[in-house]
Amino acid sequence: MSEGKKPDPLMVAPWKDPAATPYIRIQNVTKKFGDFVAVNNVSLNIYKQELFCLLGGSGCGKSTLLRMLAGFEEPDGGQIFLDGQDMAGIAPYKRPVNMMFQSYALFPHMNVEDNVAFGLKQDHTPKKELWDRVKGMLEMVKLSGFASRKPHQLSGGQRQRVALARALVKQPKLLLLDEPLGALDRKLRESTQFELMNIQEKLGVTFVVVTHDQEEAMTLASRIGVMNLGQIVQVGTPTEIYEFPTSRFVADFVGSVNMFDGRITDEDNDYVRISSEDAGCTIFINHGVAAPPSAALAVAIRPEKIAISRSPPANTQENCTQGIVEDIAYMGDMSVFNVRLKSGKLAKVTQPNLVRHTDDAIHWDDHVFMSWHAASGVVLTV
Amino acid sequence: MSRAGYLALGDQLATSAEPLIRNLVRLAPIRILLNLFGRLGLRGRGLVIFLPYAWLALFFLIPFVIVLKISFADQLIARPPYSALWELSEKGYLTIKLNLNNYRFLIDDALYWKAYLNSVKIAFVSALICLIVGYPMAYGMARADKAWRNILLMLVILPFWTSFLLRVYAWIGLLNNNGIINNALLGLGLIDQPIVMMKTDFAVYVGIVYSYLPFMILPLFTALEKMDVTLLEAAADLGCKPLKAFFTITIPLSMPGIIAGFSLVFIPALGEFVIPDLLGGTDTLMIGHVLWNEFFSNRAWPVASAVAIAMLLLVLVILYLQSRFQRAAEAP
Ligand SMILES: Nc1ncnc2c1ncn2[C@@H]1O[C@H](COP(=O)(O)OP(=O)(O)O)[C@@H](O)[C@H]1O
Ligand SMILES: [Mg+2]
Repeated sequence: MSEGKKPDPLMVAPWKDPAATPYIRIQNVTKKFGDFVAVNNVSLNIYKQELFCLLGGSGCGKSTLLRMLAGFEEPDGGQIFLDGQDMAGIAPYKRPVNMMFQSYALFPHMNVEDNVAFGLKQDHTPKKELWDRVKGMLEMVKLSGFASRKPHQLSGGQRQRVALARALVKQPKLLLLDEPLGALDRKLRESTQFELMNIQEKLGVTFVVVTHDQEEAMTLASRIGVMNLGQIVQVGTPTEIYEFPTSRFVADFVGSVNMFDGRITDEDNDYVRISSEDAGCTIFINHGVAAPPSAALAVAIRPEKIAISRSPPANTQENCTQGIVEDIAYMGDMSVFNVRLKSGKLAKVTQPNLVRHTDDAIHWDDHVFMSWHAASGVVLTV
Repeated sequence: MSRAGYLALGDQLATSAEPLIRNLVRLAPIRILLNLFGRLGLRGRGLVIFLPYAWLALFFLIPFVIVLKISFADQLIARPPYSALWELSEKGYLTIKLNLNNYRFLIDDALYWKAYLNSVKIAFVSALICLIVGYPMAYGMARADKAWRNILLMLVILPFWTSFLLRVYAWIGLLNNNGIINNALLGLGLIDQPIVMMKTDFAVYVGIVYSYLPFMILPLFTALEKMDVTLLEAAADLGCKPLKAFFTITIPLSMPGIIAGFSLVFIPALGEFVIPDLLGGTDTLMIGHVLWNEFFSNRAWPVASAVAIAMLLLVLVILYLQSRFQRAAEAP
């Protein structure tokens, strides 16, 4: 999923460098609304020029965290540092941060041009420079012909681009985007995602993007912070989040997954064997895990990492189970098989449709074998 | 409620009212009436639109035409105290006599245009004071908690439950030389002499502002409540200080409310009679008062009618200006 993103030579994973100073340092930040804890003891470092995604379900506190960065909410506990400076008590209009609002929040009584110019006018930018920059920005978001339109005369996608231009024209060091593409249809969303990434690369701005759409996060982000119930549950690159989730929540939230409960029967430094009634077989994993022996755990296996066939594979002893095909969803590029295992559990397998049609294709009610590589399973203890 | 909301509500009402309507139209008198309207080409939608127009014609247009007619008559000592506008002589001549002197009188006698001017001044200043006093109140209401908002709204509307006349009378008790305010100030030793407030322009302003304040607050509240507060966050985010954001975002977006509130105070205050009569002095010249005097003290119906027509023209000009401003402000 993240293969489309080319590595940026300027950005060699600063989060891996212990000497790098984070641009944003969020330390034990908590925000309560009455008794309700919206953001719970969050600590997070975000580095310069990152495109960081906060990913989580609705109501998990993403917007609240973003609003604390912008200064619209004050944390009840903890601190936020921006470029080394403590942000406590600094009013939103004094922060070197711009935000693109979920609702765009365009000023309805001003035309496109004046909306974009608004921020520069507050800084008393000289007239000529101001209008040059506004013009340049409108060109960049491809809205030059719409300068004198009012927001209500624009389509959703155009409004979204005005909002982006308005936030970017001030050349902020940090741009906050709250569900920036939420209101767009799928096609427009995809093209805009790439536009956003281009702009981010061109201008070298640090982006923090809030989204509930895991595909969007995977496409855009240099790193993703997954949130649940006001807490950050995992931070990592899209690949790390997808391939090495550290909790059932993340494995389940990001992409689809088969989760098999089981117990360790045999382990060493470089392998672990798990017996799973759920899966109906022994699962062998070719690396060690830091779990206490006999602890209840789950093995997560992504549907695309499972091979499905009617004839038994070479090794049926381990990492192989059997079931009956209950459902097939043909998606064009691939097919999704729902297989009922002996344990009664429904397992999901996806298979790319490499050839157009074979008589050999798997049908409903077929008895099938499902097998996977020893590196495919991820052991989850929480 | 949004447009979609109204449409849904309408649908619901229509469905539930359908059996009732079906039975109603079977009743003989209604059937005859509908039949009659039908013959005149009034059915369904046309009929529904026709009714408010009929109402306006009956209770506004016809009285207006009568007043217009009287304004062109001569004053007589008779009953009614004005001459007829037209006469049909025995020889079959129809003579129409249009007496324009009443209008000339309005221009020649300084009393009238002074009264107009003073009314405009008092109404304008009162509307301005209402705006200045009402805006913070409406703002506070619009930004208050949902639960509080209804209580505050209730408090603004509450005075309407008491008679207007009684409330103006109550101000006499407050503003009199031996009224509550003067007594309190005297009692506290802040003044030695009662402050003369009754029978002054000040009392008229107090009375008008007090009486018409809700008409200012309600449209302002509606406009401010509709406003998306994230716009203010967006302004702050772009480096705009709160006070500046108030003038560049909040005020322009509440302009329709300001214009509506201003006209709702200005227009009735212009013709106000009760408040200047009860609270104002002999030198508080307002056109409503002049009109009353002409009509009842002098029995000069034609002149009084001319005064009324001239005021109506003034109001029409104001309404026209208002609708133009309103359209400019509402074009988002
Ligand atoms: N101003 C507020 N007052 C009370 N509760 C709030 C407020 N803002 C947000 N919340 C609550 O905090 C939780 C997190 O909100 P938010 O950060 O907007 O979630 P999301 O992750 O969907 O953006 C939600 O349950 C929301 O109801
Ligand atoms: Mg949100």
